[in-house]
Amino acid sequence: MATRRFGSPDGWAAGGLAAGLLALLALASVSLFVGVADLTPGRLLDPATREAALVALLESRLPRTAALMLAGSCLAIAGVIMQMLTRNRFVEPTTAGTTEAAGLGMLVMLLFFPGSPVVVKSLVAAGFACAGTALFLRLLRAIPPGSPLLVPLTGIMFGGIIGSLTAYIAHHYGLIQSLGAWRNGDFSVVIAGRYELLWLTLALSVPAYLAADRFTIAGLGRDMSRNLGLDHGRTLIVGLVIVSLISALVVTTVGSIPFLGLVVPNLVSLAMGDNLRRSLPWMALCGAGLVLACDIAGRLIVAPYEIPAGTVFGVLGSLVFLYLLLGRPSRAA
Amino acid sequence: MPHDRALPAAPSGRGLKDSLRRPAVVLSLLALAVLVVAVAFMTVGVKGNWEFALAFRGRKLLAICVVASAIAISTVIFQTIAGNRILTPSIMGFDALYALLQTCFVFFLGSARLASVDTRLLFVVETAAMLAFSLVLYRWLFLGARRGLQVLLLVGVVFGLLFRGTMVLLQRIIDPNEFVVLQDRLFASFNGVAPDLLGIATLVIVAVSVVLWRLRGRLDVLLLGRDQAINLGIDYRRTVSLILILVSLQVCVATALVGPLNGFEPVSFFGLLVANVAYLLVPGFRHAHVLAGAALIGILLLAGGQLVLEQLLGFGSAVGIVTEFIGGILFIVMLLRGMAR
Repeated sequence: MATRRFGSPDGWAAGGLAAGLLALLALASVSLFVGVADLTPGRLLDPATREAALVALLESRLPRTAALMLAGSCLAIAGVIMQMLTRNRFVEPTTAGTTEAAGLGMLVMLLFFPGSPVVVKSLVAAGFACAGTALFLRLLRAIPPGSPLLVPLTGIMFGGIIGSLTAYIAHHYGLIQSLGAWRNGDFSVVIAGRYELLWLTLALSVPAYLAADRFTIAGLGRDMSRNLGLDHGRTLIVGLVIVSLISALVVTTVGSIPFLGLVVPNLVSLAMGDNLRRSLPWMALCGAGLVLACDIAGRLIVAPYEIPAGTVFGVLGSLVFLYLLLGRPSRAA
Repeated sequence: MPHDRALPAAPSGRGLKDSLRRPAVVLSLLALAVLVVAVAFMTVGVKGNWEFALAFRGRKLLAICVVASAIAISTVIFQTIAGNRILTPSIMGFDALYALLQTCFVFFLGSARLASVDTRLLFVVETAAMLAFSLVLYRWLFLGARRGLQVLLLVGVVFGLLFRGTMVLLQRIIDPNEFVVLQDRLFASFNGVAPDLLGIATLVIVAVSVVLWRLRGRLDVLLLGRDQAINLGIDYRRTVSLILILVSLQVCVATALVGPLNGFEPVSFFGLLVANVAYLLVPGFRHAHVLAGAALIGILLLAGGQLVLEQLLGFGSAVGIVTEFIGGILFIVMLLRGMAR
């Protein structure tokens, strides 16, 4: 009963999803034709300019648009999984130290093994992210029950401590600039050959979707989920690994996008409740759409220069976060 | 009061332990330590021209004293008004606000025009702008609709993140050359303090501290909580507004003088660390004692830290990172022990 409380038949839901997908595709095609290089559908069709236009499309615009959609959708998924597992609406990779730990791992690799391939760097960063998140979950056990706001607060400060340690090391070795690149999701660096690792996040979304029901049940709490026959510990570990891998992949390829995993799931679940199997596709869709929109805005505001999508979203996301905190006090505490 | 049982373990018998319960003894010990550190700070490792070294280090030490005591005093008083030991001006987004305002100045005026403006005028404008912003924010937070402490904390932190995000956004739009100018201004530096600014800042902070000192009786009453204070005849709204103005002024001047203490993150935990060490060491809860103790501890940490880490151990500018690290851990421990409820 509860899962279908809006009473919408499946056909309706599928229709809505299809409409959302169309809107996303429209946004994506806008993203394909916005930028410095002169790329319009007309130039693609004109035989004289086709070749140059095709290069720009395949080497830069298509990879960029794909990276935007991949990062946006998988961060939203990572956010909602963390929210289910910690049973707290304000937890996501940047409010739990996950992103910062991944950044520290990246810095360590850059300092000690600068020549190692990107995959290895990403994996090490994922290991750091996993350790950081596990430590955060350990800290959570010490939080007195019934104080939901302490969880993100602890997470943000925990991330802050890791972040200032990372920044200090980077400052010491003159690497502040590379640090800035991880802190602000920047998609202008994405060209063919430099972002393909992000496709792995799509592969990670599949187990996330398959395990969606488990995460929903884990969200009911440890005792309740055990009662319902769920191996709570294993679900936690699976979720932790998925989230850490996603965060590390996004941080190492394009940089972090703060609050995306918080804003999207909260807004979506406001509209459609907490059944993850049903809402997960919507979250992926909205995450991709929001990041696309922010990136397009960032390309237009100071054209021909760019503002990173992560920076645009940082402002937008903290405003929505404040709204969630203050706008509806009954829900916040 | 929790700090009554948390007295430091004395190495010898009852005599020392008992005397450590007397504020006068603790305060004089702290003052003595500050004196020793100050003398060492001025003299250790001086080579060559003594006259220059003493003048240079004297300015640096004065800047440290002014900034450390301003932050210590303002944090303790802020916590009295907030009614807890975990909120600080910095956690409520103050440092991030400063960085954002600096960025706005460079963004809207340009570094060239900024350099041609009289530094004293700029200092006054900076302080005034920060004061106006912080007053709007704090009055709204403290005197508006009553909210839980956890909401306040989180709102403050998210405001800090918002300020920082907006700052980064503006920094992306400005010219890269301007960005270099800006970055220098966003890290606390005690070396490059302009002598005339140091004079003004010292005057303002001493004056404000005197006024706050005269309010110490009312602060003791405010410590009892809002309702009790009103019952005891305090005009709560007016007193809190006045104190918030004074506290903001102090933090503004200190920050405008040297920059945010933690340039890496939107939050600095130095104030939190100093205030809580003061609650731990200084017996009783009278503001007369706690404020003096906090100021001394602040100076001790900042000047002593610089002395040990930079002069003796040769660790560049590591003081900030060490105090922030310890302060950050203290913050998390306080959160987990339920002090934010």
